[in-house]
Amino acid sequence: MTNTRFIDKLKRKIIVVGHYGSGKTEFSVSLAMLFASAKVQKHSNFNECAIVDLDIINPYFRSREMKEILEQHGVHVFGSAFNAEVTAELPALSANVRAPLENESCRVIIDTGGNDSGALPLNQFSKYFADDTTVLAVLNANRPGTSNIEGAIEHIKAIEQITNLQIAGIVNNTHMMQHTTAADIISGNAFCEKICKLTKKKLYFNCYPKTLINPSEITMLSGNLIPLGLCFHNKHKK
Amino acid sequence: MNKKVLMKGNEAFSEAAIRGGCRYYFGYPITPQNEIPEYMSHQLPKVGGHFIQAESELAAVYMAYGAGAAGGRVFITSSSPGIALMQEGFSFLCSAEVPTVCLTVSRCGPGIGGIQPGQADYLQATRGGGNGDYKIPVFAPENLQEGVDLVYEAMELSDELRNPIFIFADGLLGQMMEPVLLPESREVICPSNIRTQKPWALTGYGADDSQRNRVLSLRMYPEELEQHVEKLFKKYDKAEKELVRYEAIGVEDADVVIAAFGSVARIAKEAIEILAAQNIKAGLIRPISLWPYPYEAFDMITDKTKVVISAEMSMGQMMQDVKLGVRDRFPVRLINRTGGMIPTSIEIAERTKKILEETGGQ
Repeated sequence: MTNTRFIDKLKRKIIVVGHYGSGKTEFSVSLAMLFASAKVQKHSNFNECAIVDLDIINPYFRSREMKEILEQHGVHVFGSAFNAEVTAELPALSANVRAPLENESCRVIIDTGGNDSGALPLNQFSKYFADDTTVLAVLNANRPGTSNIEGAIEHIKAIEQITNLQIAGIVNNTHMMQHTTAADIISGNAFCEKICKLTKKKLYFNCYPKTLINPSEITMLSGNLIPLGLCFHNKHKK
Repeated sequence: MNKKVLMKGNEAFSEAAIRGGCRYYFGYPITPQNEIPEYMSHQLPKVGGHFIQAESELAAVYMAYGAGAAGGRVFITSSSPGIALMQEGFSFLCSAEVPTVCLTVSRCGPGIGGIQPGQADYLQATRGGGNGDYKIPVFAPENLQEGVDLVYEAMELSDELRNPIFIFADGLLGQMMEPVLLPESREVICPSNIRTQKPWALTGYGADDSQRNRVLSLRMYPEELEQHVEKLFKKYDKAEKELVRYEAIGVEDADVVIAAFGSVARIAKEAIEILAAQNIKAGLIRPISLWPYPYEAFDMITDKTKVVISAEMSMGQMMQDVKLGVRDRFPVRLINRTGGMIPTSIEIAERTKKILEETGGQ
């Protein structure tokens, strides 16, 4: 199960990067919800939680789309300045994204766009990432670009190179959307373990869709389990 | 054996085109299809293909004209306003009988409209905005696997017909992710074989070396043009008979029949399940070919049915064809959303129930 004490040991600023379509936003949103939950807050040194959405390369499936739900759970959302979260194609960010980065009492998750090009906007905020920051790379071994060791490592290196940030750990988010099985997560875990060994990184989390998978099926895995709410899938079903 | 992979619609359609033999792609960025030129720009060169970012959609369609006329297997894509700009070129491609596969990942309009999905380019796709007598077969997938299969098939079909083939995928399909099984890569016609495999192509001289090939859309004499158009229409008549495709579910004993294509069809399928749980039998006619339209599918509807519904993300553009299929046998009603709004399955089910009540069905 998710070790809430473990996740609270993560640095204050958590940057989430990864391949296009790997599930960075789904992971970021779920992690933010977890941080904001009463159970975690009780042990926490932080009295606020925020998500900073730096995705300016694709106008769909961004965490600012989930603003209403996140705000209801006590997560502040920073991203576009234009209040047209769904349709604005402008590659522009609000100046207020700096607020949670500067607020020492706020736990902040920085959700980026896909690939190295999506991670590029991190550079303009680099002064905030010199310390107290954990960079996590989300991997989905069922995506063509990251389904082999070479491709996955190439992606990780490209992101590190363009951002000048060291990725601390991997998040196994191997899935097939609503067709995900425990076998996907287990094989993805083995794949991510190999990547971690070769790149000297740590496997931080295994994600599982809580509506599809019983965590008892995957308890044997290394790394903490983190439930995903399939926010975007469910949002569009309503 | 191939394994299913998780792909975004735009990536999957691009890969299907490459595996179908496409080696020439021309495009100009527009949301929600931007992943296609991006994908083609890095994947096509890996298989010896060529990607060119055109300076406009109009330029892209004429680059397709050139490459297709020279015998290349061509793929072009855009979205609604971009497809509007290409219309002139489609007429020229049809007239000159140049094979090209064109995919639209449609968004909402009119005008610049918005970047959310829409189906209000139904008439644009099926009737076209180019000049003259021409027709283009149009296929509309409802999921990524079907989209992959249709793009793959269209690559060959376009060559066989010597005509553009249009794939109509709305923005939902372009942006969603689903597991897909990709087809095996086709053997590509190498340039030295074009003369024998496409003896009409502009390779200098025809296959028999007797005279220069010409690919024209201009005819200097009316008699010659009339003859040419009649020849084109013989081809279209054949296509109209052979390319009709649709899916029909539970139509024969349905209280109500819903006609829907693309992503609305899959939403309608869920609505039908909701209605079934309330003891309302709803059937579905899902046109896969939008031209030729499967009018004959509506002949399966029996007198048990009270009303036929056209469910669309437009103000009722497909309803005209539904009415032609129904031939006044049943009342036809519309369930629609527009402006980028997507109907939910619950909404379709509730509005279907209301229509049934109004038409005396329940």
